[in-house]
Amino acid sequence: MARYDRAITVFSPDGHLFQVEYALEAVRKGNAAVGVRGSDTVVLGVEKKSTPKLQDSRTVRKIVSLDTHIALACAGLKADARVLINRARIECQSHRLTVEDPVTVEYITRYIAGLQQKYTQSGGVRPFGLSTLIVGFDPHSEKPALYQTDPSGTFSAWKANATGRNSNSMREFLEKNYKETSGKETIKLAIRALLEVVESGGKNIEIAVMTHKDGLRQLEEAEIDEYVAEIEAEKAAAEAAKKGGGASTSASS
Amino acid sequence: MLLLLFRLSFLSFFPSLSLSQHFAPTGTKPHQRISVSLNFKQRKQREEKRRMMMKLDTSGLESFSAAVPSAMAAAEDQLFAPPSFDLPAGCADFDKFQMEAKQTLKHAKGTTTLAFIFNQGVIVAADSRASMGGYISSQSVKKIIEINPYMLGTMAGGAADCQFWHRNLGIKCRLHELANKRRISVTGASKLLANILYSYRGMGLSIGTMIAGWDEKGPGLYYVDSEGGRLKGNRFSVGSGSPYAYGVLDNGYRPDMTVDEAHELARRAIYHATFRDGASGGVVSVYHVGPNGWKKLSGDDVSELHYKYYPVQPTPVEHEMVDAPPA
Repeated sequence: MARYDRAITVFSPDGHLFQVEYALEAVRKGNAAVGVRGSDTVVLGVEKKSTPKLQDSRTVRKIVSLDTHIALACAGLKADARVLINRARIECQSHRLTVEDPVTVEYITRYIAGLQQKYTQSGGVRPFGLSTLIVGFDPHSEKPALYQTDPSGTFSAWKANATGRNSNSMREFLEKNYKETSGKETIKLAIRALLEVVESGGKNIEIAVMTHKDGLRQLEEAEIDEYVAEIEAEKAAAEAAKKGGGASTSASS
Repeated sequence: MLLLLFRLSFLSFFPSLSLSQHFAPTGTKPHQRISVSLNFKQRKQREEKRRMMMKLDTSGLESFSAAVPSAMAAAEDQLFAPPSFDLPAGCADFDKFQMEAKQTLKHAKGTTTLAFIFNQGVIVAADSRASMGGYISSQSVKKIIEINPYMLGTMAGGAADCQFWHRNLGIKCRLHELANKRRISVTGASKLLANILYSYRGMGLSIGTMIAGWDEKGPGLYYVDSEGGRLKGNRFSVGSGSPYAYGVLDNGYRPDMTVDEAHELARRAIYHATFRDGASGGVVSVYHVGPNGWKKLSGDDVSELHYKYYPVQPTPVEHEMVDAPPA
């Protein structure tokens, strides 16, 4: 019987953990995911690849809830995600049982990140190939939170972040256009970021909104289409304004 | 073969008893019959000596292993080399032992502690007497344990158990703070303690404690005991003097008391319990837990309180005693 206690993730001579870096590659090939934090709302958006005709799309949920006040979206290997999400859900309930208080977003993020790190330092296992975006509200608090973890097990809080395919361009867009928003504006910002890299249309995007009062709400396709239409209109108006201004300056010179 | 088997079973149950009881008693010295705790080396030496003697005196009753090549003897010694200790006192009749152990602990819940929530926070009070049966072993025991600057625990039952587990709880609360960057709630702390005590259920811990504190949700009070029970409440009193304390406390309690009124009520309740209950006495300590943490309000000797509440009244004497006239 082969011995499964030898580490798979070992250091390279120049200090890299190649397995972890390869896992990050796997994440970069996963579908795009974006998270934006507002003052009273937090939004998760995920790229939805075209569903095959015979597939029941309801069973392919990309944005899941870990507890009534915490939600998660991820990019990378979906099977790994399932395992991680199950463990996180158990931990949420276990925390409720031992401390009689729901988890804070930071606690569950720390737990997931700790789990991801454990698998980079154990024998016979490979790292999880996914990065997660975790959003939620701390119990007894109305402030939303957004955290990101990655296969190496690091985590940090963000105002807005993206992972998965073309995450760099999404992040650049967010850095340029982020401002403290609330309610619908937050949703629009998330959709705009996603539209940078995804084909426009309600059937290619999945959006979920979390508020302190109403918890997690997945937006319907029709709603998303509405937002997309609004955004396109705004974009067109902005273009027109630019063109108009440009034309006048060129005319005057 | 039969002899060997008998020795097998014999040795496994009574490792330290002298082997001479089994083999020829006649040639052995008296002291070898006493069962003593010897270490393995000493036992081996004794066995060697005995074997030597037996070879001289009792060849017919020699042990089978001595006649057999030494490999067998060595193996047997390795197999049957338990640590040498006498069996503990209670092993013969374990149920009786358990009952006796519980009885010896029962007196230790001689105490009176109380705590209650009111609009201005939580008041925690306790006496300070420790008794062992009829003997008062101390009049100055600290029965209110400071878990951390905003949480208190009371001690009733086994003093060592209470002190250790409260300190342990303090450690866990601090670790929680460090890990989660915020204080643990009274609910969480009491639940941690209750879960620990539940896992030790039936093993003889004796703890009847109240966890009082102030957290984000306001004042909190929980009763936790060594059976694993945990109750949330507004008023608790624990200990042998608790019935007396409850009488005074329940009578005088109002949720809208001031801190001074609540202080006085707690002090009175403990005093009355110490008056009637022999296992409570010493000094009444009263603490107040407010939004900024706990503060010790007072520590009054119970006998002084007695004369404060019931000052000596001059009473008319019925018959005056006069000196007998000198004969």
